[in-house]
Amino acid sequence: MRMAIGARYDASAGRADVDPSAKVLPARRPGEAVAAVALAGPATVLLLLLFILPVAAIVAIALTDWQFGTKSLHFVGLANFEGIFADEAFVASLRNTLVYVSIVMPGTVLGGLAIALTIESGGTLRDFYRAIHFLPFMATLAAMAIVWEALLHPTIGLVNGTFAAIGLPTANWLRDEATVLPVLAVIGIWQNLGFAMVLFLAGLKSIPQDLYDAADIDGADRWLDRLMTVTLPMLGPVAMFVVIVVALRAFEVFDTVQILTRGGPGHASEVLLHTLYRESFEFLRAGYGAAITVVFLVIAVTLTLVQARLIDKRVHYQ
Amino acid sequence: MSRARHPLSWPAAVVRHALLLASGGLMLLPFVWMTSLSLKPPAEIFRTSFSLLPAHWYAIENYGKALTAAALPRYMANGVLVCAAILALQILICAPCAYALAKLEFRGRDLLFGLVLVGLLIPHQVLAVPLFVLGYSLGLLNSYAALIFPFVVSPFGIFLFRQFFRSIPDDIVHAARLDGLSEFAIVWRIMLPMAMPAVIAFSIFSVVSHWNDLFWPLIAVKSPNLMPPALGVAIFRGGEASTEYGPLMAGAVLVILPLVLAFVVAQRWFIEGLTSASLK
Amino acid sequence: MAAISLHGLSKHYGGNPVLDAVSLDIEDGEFLTLLGPSGCGKSTLLRIIAGLEAQDTGSVAIGGLAVDGLRPKQRDVAMVFQSYALYPHMTVAANMALPLKMRRLTPLQRLPVVGRLLAGTKAEIRQIEEDVRRTAAVLEIEHVLGRKPGELSGGQRQRVAVGRAMVRRPSVFLMDEPLSNLDAKLRVTMRAEIKELHRRLGVTFVYVTHDQAEAMTLSDRVAVMLDGKLRQVGRPLEIYADPAERRVAEFIGSPKITMIEARVGDGGRIHVGGRGLAIETGQQPDTAIVLGIRPEAFTPVAAGGQGELLAGRVRLVEHLGSDLYVHFDAEGQAEPVIARLDAERAPHVAAGERIHLAVRAERVLLFAPEGQRIRTCADQRAAGAVVDTRVAARRGYAR
Repeated sequence: MRMAIGARYDASAGRADVDPSAKVLPARRPGEAVAAVALAGPATVLLLLLFILPVAAIVAIALTDWQFGTKSLHFVGLANFEGIFADEAFVASLRNTLVYVSIVMPGTVLGGLAIALTIESGGTLRDFYRAIHFLPFMATLAAMAIVWEALLHPTIGLVNGTFAAIGLPTANWLRDEATVLPVLAVIGIWQNLGFAMVLFLAGLKSIPQDLYDAADIDGADRWLDRLMTVTLPMLGPVAMFVVIVVALRAFEVFDTVQILTRGGPGHASEVLLHTLYRESFEFLRAGYGAAITVVFLVIAVTLTLVQARLIDKRVHYQ
Repeated sequence: MSRARHPLSWPAAVVRHALLLASGGLMLLPFVWMTSLSLKPPAEIFRTSFSLLPAHWYAIENYGKALTAAALPRYMANGVLVCAAILALQILICAPCAYALAKLEFRGRDLLFGLVLVGLLIPHQVLAVPLFVLGYSLGLLNSYAALIFPFVVSPFGIFLFRQFFRSIPDDIVHAARLDGLSEFAIVWRIMLPMAMPAVIAFSIFSVVSHWNDLFWPLIAVKSPNLMPPALGVAIFRGGEASTEYGPLMAGAVLVILPLVLAFVVAQRWFIEGLTSASLK
Repeated sequence: MAAISLHGLSKHYGGNPVLDAVSLDIEDGEFLTLLGPSGCGKSTLLRIIAGLEAQDTGSVAIGGLAVDGLRPKQRDVAMVFQSYALYPHMTVAANMALPLKMRRLTPLQRLPVVGRLLAGTKAEIRQIEEDVRRTAAVLEIEHVLGRKPGELSGGQRQRVAVGRAMVRRPSVFLMDEPLSNLDAKLRVTMRAEIKELHRRLGVTFVYVTHDQAEAMTLSDRVAVMLDGKLRQVGRPLEIYADPAERRVAEFIGSPKITMIEARVGDGGRIHVGGRGLAIETGQQPDTAIVLGIRPEAFTPVAAGGQGELLAGRVRLVEHLGSDLYVHFDAEGQAEPVIARLDAERAPHVAAGERIHLAVRAERVLLFAPEGQRIRTCADQRAAGAVVDTRVAARRGYAR
C-alpha cells in the first residue's frame, strides 16, 4: 500500500522511473484479486448453481421428453410447447391468469391511489390509516386464505349473511365457475392494495411543495385543479411503475388457488403457477411443466425489463 | 404535501375520516372475523345469526386444539429456524460479495454484476423444478436444508448492499486497510454497521417473504414436523380440521401474529423493507 | 395602484419567532429588496405578502385593499421562486399559459376535449397563446416554447419562471432569491436584465436576497432584516454609508467593517490604543464606544505620522489588481483588521512587515456598545445632503 502511494506522488512529480500507465486511483494492490475471489467467490458459485444453471436447465428440459424418475432423455424440440398450447387446460390456465391480472391490477392500482390521495389530503392519523391498509399485505396469505374461505362460506359465511340481509344475491362463491375467478381477484386486490398505496404515498411525498405554491399563485388552488395540474402528472412515472410491479405480483398468484380451489371447479380458477406445480410435481410431467415454466419466465422477465426501463426514465425525468 | 397550505375544512375532514375508516374496515374485516371465529364454539360458528363476540368463550379450547392437534408450535419454531438460518446465510454470503462489487477492482467484476442483475430478473418459482432435482440428487429433500439451500444467495441482497456500500467513502476503506484490517474484517466491522438501514430493510424483506412462503416448502418437504408456518397451516386445513373453523382460525391467528405484532411496533421499517424490493 | 402596506406582522413556527412586528410601506412601482442572512425571516415575509402563508398577527394591504383573508390567486401577485417551480411535465408554453388559462377560462372550458367545443374557448385560447408568445419574445425564449423545463439550461429556466410571472401583468412582482441557483457570470447578466425588466414594467417589485451586490445594484430601497426584525430601510447608499446599527454595518460591505472598542476621552475625543482621534462624539467622557471603520477608509502613513490610528504586523496581502486587501494584526485588537488600499499609491506592503494606518475622522462610524448608531453633527449634515439628492433623484423617475 505504501509503495503504491509513493508511486503516485512520484508520478505527479514526473519522475521517469514510474510507469505512466499505472492507474492513480484506486491503486491496484497485489492482494486485491485474491481478496475478491475470497469475498465474492461463494456468492458467484451459488448464483451460478442456484440461478443461472437452473434457468438453463429448465429451458433445456422444456425441449426434452424427460419425466421424473426415468432415465430416458430425448430432444423433442418444441413439441412440449405445442403440447401445452394445444391443451385446453393450459390455455384455460393462461387465459384465467390474464383475466385475473386484468382485474387485480387496475383494482389494486386505482384503489391504492385513491387511498393514498385520501390519506395525504389531511393531516391527522396518517400513520394509523397507512398501517391498517398495509396489514393485509403483511399477513401470511396462506392463513388469510383460510379466513376468506370462512367469510365466503355459502351458509355460515359473513359475506352471504350480509348480502342476504341487504337483498344482494348470494352464491357459493368459491364453488361456482362464474364467480370463483372474480372472487379470487377480490382477495388479490385486498392483499395487494396496501402495497400499491405505500408506493403511491412515497411518490406523493416526493412532489416538491414549490409546485403547489406556484399552482396557488397561478390560480390552480382548488382541490381538483391541484390534482390535475400538479399531483397526477407528477405521479405519472410512479403510477407506471406501480402498474408493472402489481401486475408482476398478480401473475405470481398461487397460494389462494392451491388452498381454496385447486384450480376448480373444473378449470375455472386454474392459474399459471398452479398449473406449473401440478404438471411438474403432481403429474410428474417434467418436460411439460418445464414448458409452462418457460412461458411463465418469459412473461415475468418481460414485465421486469419494462419496469427497469421505466425506472430509468423516471430518473431522467427531472 | 399540498395539505400544508390547504388544511381541510371540517366537513371535508369528516368525509375523509369516514372514507378511510370504511376502507380500513374492509381491510381489517378478515382479521376481525378470524379472531371472532377463533373464540367461538362450533355451535355458534355454525349458527346463521351474527355476532362478533362469542356468547360462550371457547378460546381455550380452540387455541388449545390448534396448539396441540396441529403441531402449530412446531410449525412456528420451524419458521423461526428456517428464516433465521436463511437470513444469516444470506448476509454471510451476500455482504462480502456486495463489498467486492462496490469497493474492489478485479477482472470479471462487471460480469459478476451482470449475473446479479440476471438473477434479479428471475422469479423463484421458475427455478423450482431444477432446484428440486438438485435437492433430490444431493439427498437434501425433506430436511431443513431443503428449505434453506435455494435461498442462501439473494441477488436482491447483493444489489441492495452494493448500493449502500458504494455510498460509503473510499477513504474509510483506505484508512481501515492502513489500520491493518483484512478485507473480511472491513466488511463485518465497517461496511455492515454503516449500512444498517439497508441491513434492516433487507432482513425484514427476507424474513417476511420466507415466513409467508408456501410454494417452495410445498415442493421441498413432506414431513409435518419440518413444515414452516404457511405450509403448516395449509396442511392443518386440509387435514382433520377442515371443517373445524374454530381451531382453524385460532391456528391462522397464531401464524400471522408474530409478523403483525412486529409490524405494529416497527411500522416504518417494515414498509421500507418491503417496498425496497420493488424499488430496486 | 399597487403600493404594499405591511403592518405589525408577526409569525411563529413552533416556539420560534420568525417575524417580529414587521411594518413596512412599499411604494407603488418601487423596487424594494428584503436583504438579510438565511433564516432572518425575509422569505417568510414574502410568502405572507403572496398569501402562501398566513401571519399570526398584523395586516397586509395591497393597492390600498386589505388582503389578509385572500388566497394568492385573488391578490394579483406573481412570484418567481428560488427553485423556479416550473411544472416539469408541461412545455414552456404550457407553463406560461397556465396562469392565463386559470383566469380567463371557466372550469368547463378547461376540460381537455369537451372544453374546446364550447363557444368562445378557441378564441380565448388563441389570445392566450398570443400573449405567451409575445412575452416569450421579450425574454428571448421563443425558441424553447416547445421544450420541457428538464431540457433547458439554468438561465433559460430562470427566464421561463420570470415569463410565467410576467405574462399575467400583475401589479406586484415577488422574487425569492431568483439568482441564487445560477453561476456567478450568469448572475451578473441576469441582474442587469431584472433591472431592465423593472424599468420596463414599472410595477412594484419585492425582491428577497442575501446577496448584498444584488441588493445594492437593483434596488430603489433596501430593507435589512435580521432575526425577524426590520433593522433599517433606506436607499442602498444610505444603508452603506449611514447604517442605523452595528449589525447592519457588519452585514453590509465586503470585506467586513472593522469594529474597534474604544473609550471616550476628555473633550469628547476618542482614544484608541493610546492614540487620540478627534471626533466630536457628544458623549460623556470615559464611556465605552465602538468605532466602525470600513476597509476603504484607511490610508497608509509613516510610523508615528499624523493621524495614525492603528499599526500592526501584516498577515496577508491579497492583490486584486487595482486594490490591495491587507489583513493585519492590529495592536489592541483581537481579530485581524482588513484595509483596502489603492494598489498604485500604497507603499510596497508585504506579509510580516509592519504597517501604519490613519483614518479620517469623518469616515468613522460610531456605535454604542449595545449596537445602536451614534450620529454626530457631521453625520447629520451629511445625511441632509443625502436627503437632498434623494429628492432630486425621485423627481427624475418617470412614472
